[in-house]
Amino acid sequence: MSSMDSINEFADWLKDTPVATFVQESEWAFQALETVHVLALTLVVGTIAIVDLRLLGLASTDRPVTEIARDCLKWTWGSFAFALLTGGLMFTSNAVKYLGAFPFRMKLLFLLLAGLNMLVFQLITARGIADWDRDRPVPLNGKIAGALSLTLWIGIVTFGRWTGFVINPF
Amino acid sequence: MIRAFCVWLAATPLSVMIGSTRWVVPMVQTLHILAIAVVLSSVLMLELRVLELAGRSQSVMQAARRFLPWLLGGLAVLAMTGALLIVSEPQRSLVNSAFWTKMCLLALAVTATLGLQRAQWRIVASQEQPCPAGVAARAIAVLTFFLWVAIVVAGRWIAYVEHG
Repeated sequence: MSSMDSINEFADWLKDTPVATFVQESEWAFQALETVHVLALTLVVGTIAIVDLRLLGLASTDRPVTEIARDCLKWTWGSFAFALLTGGLMFTSNAVKYLGAFPFRMKLLFLLLAGLNMLVFQLITARGIADWDRDRPVPLNGKIAGALSLTLWIGIVTFGRWTGFVINPF
Repeated sequence: MIRAFCVWLAATPLSVMIGSTRWVVPMVQTLHILAIAVVLSSVLMLELRVLELAGRSQSVMQAARRFLPWLLGGLAVLAMTGALLIVSEPQRSLVNSAFWTKMCLLALAVTATLGLQRAQWRIVASQEQPCPAGVAARAIAVLTFFLWVAIVVAGRWIAYVEHG
């Protein structure tokens, strides 16, 4: 059995779980989930963009990169937890359809790439951060990380909105 | 009268053009959401500074200088993309209680942030010894943030309320 088959089987099983049935049949659950999802994702993108713009030397250049990251990233992660939870529940309600939708697959791919970009930045680029923490133009590696992050997150929002357009949950 | 206006607006060439091009509405909505990200996060950072939960190496006025231009720029993009969404389907928003609730909340939030709070910060900045925000200023900071959140909730609800 291919991995795609087992993913589809999982999605098929998911749609008959009590949680999925509840989200499908409730008069208000999907709307409430979508609203919290929008709030959470705007805070994820907005707070991470503040860090990205600092890396690119376009804003907050009078403050060290680490200070901006410390102020912002806890809110990014906290909001991401809400976005993941609400997104996961909406996905559960219609897993087979979402998995088959092109924009949803692109969104997952971009999320993966954004995660990898962050990992590379944390593990490699940020190793010598003490040397350039206060620099206005940060080293090229840092700028690339910021530009990639900004681009990927704009893409994630775009594919997310597109997903909502091609899949009618009601 | 609003209905007559909606009918007229829906017949304008711009409205017809937006309605007949499939990708325009999702694209404009995406820009709208990205601008919400800018506005909401700018407000969050400003209010966190007032509450002394972020950016304490800077004064409130310095934080305001960093984030207010982005807040205003974001609001400008929201007004433009929002106007396009209204033109594309006038009845959906203009004959919709969630939309008018959103507009009232927006007027309140703009007054609270750009009027009341900015005036407060100027007073604090003009004092010789900058002191931390008092209970009232902190309460206003929290309330203002949730006012902006309520606008987003009301905005999403436009799509769910029966319209027309």
